[in-house]
Amino acid sequence: MRVEALRKEFGSTVAVQDISFTVDSPQMIGIIGRSGAGKSTLLRMINHLTPATSGRVMVDGRDILTLKGRARRDWQRDCAMIFQQFNLVPRLDVLTNVMLGRLNRHSTAASLLKMFGADDIARALHALERLGIVDQALKRAEDLSGGQQQRVAIARALTQEPRMVLADEPIASLDPMSAQVVMDALRQIHERDGLTVICNLHTLDTARTYCDRVIGMRAGEMVFDGPAEALTPEMAREIYGAEQAFDESLTSTSLPGAVPAPEATAPQPAPALQAVRVGT
Amino acid sequence: MVDPHLHQTVVALERRRRLYSALTIVVVALILVSGYAQAESMNSGGFIQGLRKFFDYPQDIVAAAWDRGGEFFVIVWEFIPALIDTLNIAATATLLGGALAVVLAFLSTRNLDVWPPLIPVVRRSMDIMRTFPELILALFLIFVLGASSVPAMIAVAVHTVGALGKLFSEVNENVSRQPIEGLEAAGANWMQRMRFAVLPQVLPNYTSYFLLRFEINVRASAILGFVGAGGLGAELRRSIGWGSGHETAALLLLLFVSIMIIDQTSAYLRRALAGDGALPWQRLKGAAA
Repeated sequence: MRVEALRKEFGSTVAVQDISFTVDSPQMIGIIGRSGAGKSTLLRMINHLTPATSGRVMVDGRDILTLKGRARRDWQRDCAMIFQQFNLVPRLDVLTNVMLGRLNRHSTAASLLKMFGADDIARALHALERLGIVDQALKRAEDLSGGQQQRVAIARALTQEPRMVLADEPIASLDPMSAQVVMDALRQIHERDGLTVICNLHTLDTARTYCDRVIGMRAGEMVFDGPAEALTPEMAREIYGAEQAFDESLTSTSLPGAVPAPEATAPQPAPALQAVRVGT
Repeated sequence: MVDPHLHQTVVALERRRRLYSALTIVVVALILVSGYAQAESMNSGGFIQGLRKFFDYPQDIVAAAWDRGGEFFVIVWEFIPALIDTLNIAATATLLGGALAVVLAFLSTRNLDVWPPLIPVVRRSMDIMRTFPELILALFLIFVLGASSVPAMIAVAVHTVGALGKLFSEVNENVSRQPIEGLEAAGANWMQRMRFAVLPQVLPNYTSYFLLRFEINVRASAILGFVGAGGLGAELRRSIGWGSGHETAALLLLLFVSIMIIDQTSAYLRRALAGDGALPWQRLKGAAA
């Protein structure tokens, strides 16, 4: 994927200023910056949720920003998105929420009748199992905790069988423990499925811990692009526009002594899997 | 110390306000008195005499029913088909009208990514459907299609589309955009987004309004019988016209009881929908999960 001079203006303000970067091989990329730096807008433009003012996003030799209708929705399916507020359907059960990731692959008529096949159900259950919440499959999404809801959202993204995953502040509404589980899950998607994961993050240490590459944004401009190790405290000050007194640990939400273990997120055993009766 | 000038101004304003109030009361009283005198001279019986006779008719029909003794309930039973006729008109009209109202409501709500020029068009057409009272519409349709249940059903359905469509559209305006966005980002088309992101949010409120509308439509259908649409209303008009007091009493009892039952049932269902998990089967499902 190649992003070329991507720009977004809201009226007279420039939210994203001619950003360019290239992703050649699957990477886990963290985008950091202050609130309002344009991180969300950037991701939303890549997914085509928000139209760009100018610039191109080249994938497989075509500019996905020019896609319309069916082709645009197919791109959105390929480029799964995870939101800060989870954006699940609160009154539907978890399993249905996850199966909604399959909507794009179904005809309108069949999906309107809620006719999901055995294949969809199996995929959804498998995704939930992978994220360790298959025992919650028949609960309403709104009855789950924030961390669990975000994992449901990730499961939905997985059933889309995407080519990349965009995550817009996936842990900003979560407690530190849930945040770690969610970040581990995203890291695992990158490592196990070999997908590019682009993740907007609030905190530096999360970006350092989980991401191979960090992009720093400040007031709509890209001010840093490099490996996570190259992110020095000086560079961080530059990104956040902070004073000398800037202390990274103030923004940290990581648990002391919690060693991130991307591969250690073994899915919990799913005792209820066989017992789960799928609603028709 | 308050500025004396300001004080005077306020007092003057207050005086003028009182004067206007007094004038308004006098004018309204004059209109009422003259209107009453006018009506008194135009009507065949006087208002006061009419008021005294108000309870005579109910007394008559209750007495007529009482004279029949046990046979009265046989008469009630014989009117059940008429009741079913009326309920049929109401149910069909509510279902058809409600279904169309759902479609139009989705097309007339601003925050649901509808093609913007369509919204005012759909809204105005719902306004028009709502403007015609069922009775007027039914009179017209019965003139065109002949006296039967169908024109009455269409009349009630048309009004239902207009009334429910507006209420449904207001419900739609309050939905959360987040699930819609979530599905859009997953590549779902507009119909799919409406079906899965919006419908689950609005369905409880829809059901509540739908039941309320059914109640209203049962009454409307009974009234439409008077203009030739069959059902309870037609029987009622016949029995009143023939001075058949015991039949009138039986019909009124039937109407009263059935409306009361529908009222209570729908009130219960609506209460249950407002509070999640209040219905018995919801409690069961909750316990099983």
